[in-house]
Amino acid sequence: MSLEHAQVEQIALLARISLTPEEVELFQGQISQLLEQFQVLSELDTTDVPPTGHAVDLQAVMRDDDDEDSLDPEDVLRNAPNPEGEYFRVKAVLEE
Amino acid sequence: MAAEEMTTIHEAAEKLAQREISSVELTRAHLERIDKLEERVKSFITVTSELALKQAEQADQRIAAGEAGPLTGIPMQMKDVISTKGVTTTCASRMLENYVPVYDATVAERLLLQGAVLLGKGNMDEYAMGSSCENSAFFPTRNPWDLERVPGGSSGGGAAAVAAGEAVYALGSDTGGSVRQPASLCGVVGLKPTYGMVSRYGLVAYASSLDQIGPITRDVTDCALVLNAIVGHDPKDSTSLRQPAVDYRLSLEEYAVSSPLAKGGAQGGPFRLGVPEEYFVDGMQDGVRESVQAAIKTLEGLGAWVEPVSLPTTRYALACYYIIAPSECSANLARYDGVKYGFSYQDTHNMWEAMERTRAGGFGPEVKRRVILGAYALSAGYYDAYYLKAQQARTLIRRDFDRVFEQVDALVTPTSPVVAFRLGEKIDDPVEMYLIDVCTVPANIAGLPGISVPCGFSEGLPVGMQIVGPHLSEQRLLNIAYAYEQATQWHTERPTL
Repeated sequence: MSLEHAQVEQIALLARISLTPEEVELFQGQISQLLEQFQVLSELDTTDVPPTGHAVDLQAVMRDDDDEDSLDPEDVLRNAPNPEGEYFRVKAVLEE
Repeated sequence: MAAEEMTTIHEAAEKLAQREISSVELTRAHLERIDKLEERVKSFITVTSELALKQAEQADQRIAAGEAGPLTGIPMQMKDVISTKGVTTTCASRMLENYVPVYDATVAERLLLQGAVLLGKGNMDEYAMGSSCENSAFFPTRNPWDLERVPGGSSGGGAAAVAAGEAVYALGSDTGGSVRQPASLCGVVGLKPTYGMVSRYGLVAYASSLDQIGPITRDVTDCALVLNAIVGHDPKDSTSLRQPAVDYRLSLEEYAVSSPLAKGGAQGGPFRLGVPEEYFVDGMQDGVRESVQAAIKTLEGLGAWVEPVSLPTTRYALACYYIIAPSECSANLARYDGVKYGFSYQDTHNMWEAMERTRAGGFGPEVKRRVILGAYALSAGYYDAYYLKAQQARTLIRRDFDRVFEQVDALVTPTSPVVAFRLGEKIDDPVEMYLIDVCTVPANIAGLPGISVPCGFSEGLPVGMQIVGPHLSEQRLLNIAYAYEQATQWHTERPTL
């Protein structure tokens, strides 16, 4: 199983991460090699085998809806690259 | 007490209780040791000297008031993937280089409540992705046994700090072996608890169904003490288990007698230990194989009943892991969009471009590789062939363990097929690097606890033995490891620095 350049570029677009041409080249080779290794899984008969998402049986948990102190907005915004007043500033989402 | 003496937690706690030393003295000695060695070892991303001394003073007051616990006043290091309120938490990434958490991880909160002294934050592979600590965006950590070699990873900073005497113990995180493998390569003890035993709240997520925090210590008693402090249900982690509290240290002393493993197994008779042939892989170094086989003989001599077992799905574990972990990583790391915190590319008005360039500038090569690989495995048209197939393989691997644990109480294997390798030796070849994890990933896939203990040397470098048990068998693993430790001297060996 080998990956084409265009596929790496397409995945990078889906993952919203920009890659340099050198990175595309590098990952195309390396990921192709890894996918080759993953072919070993095709030996396994997985007919009717349910998938495991978590190895320990878990149950959905609900907590009481008690009010608690939440994080201080000032503290939280201190990490924000571009805050404005009490808000995170984001780039325009809708095109003009 | 000089840090060079490389005290254990339990020895130091006794000296603190007897007032032979104070926590301030102990902390100062470790800060001096860090000062002296860091240029060479480089196990810390951040050293919190002032905070540590303040915490040490408070610890001394608690000790004076007779309110000390086993970890009060003991200086330690925390992996830089564990959130510490007010102390930069970088995940060894440019993305979080200046990120200061506004809350403590549950483990940090629990340790600090007990009066732990935080010396600083440990170096690691970026976002815990790696097996050598070379993927740190800042600098690689070096193995105290040979400074030209890697300490293992991803919790390489923690293992190196404990081995070098820079910290009495460390907390790491283990997604595919990231506590056990560096512990093995640095000649210290490392435990990955059962999935859900230790809260992941405040642990920056890599692969959420696999991540688990664990202790890195100088001996098994210390491992039990740290485990005591960090386990327990946490309502802030939906995957946290509800288990009655156990004192893991309490029963250890019973295993200090002769033939300690001749009774106390799950069936009442001797401990039954399985040796899975599949873990002695092609490419395993002879020195590793010989050390582990000698250790198994020692366990037999201590009264354990040793038998070969087979786990045929072992050969699928690496592929299973390297599909599931990157898939979860690609979802988890989608949160780094340059808006709320972290590195942010601002030089554009376009939202998508800002996000794409934020990630391009903030993530290193291994993180990008795993995000792309994971996004591919999850993408339409490939999901069934990779992600679903890996999750089904995960079921078969679990079943294999379930079957073998009907036969034996625990499994004994090498922790890593190789001893510490040279810096730069494998970093350009991900396939080669990923192979290092062959013995450790199965426990994460199945959610099982595993411990690595020093069991010898090969070419002057430490070798680790791994003991893996069924879910919630931490006490059993610690008992076996303790019996082995009492019969051997490997854990007392120290590197010359």
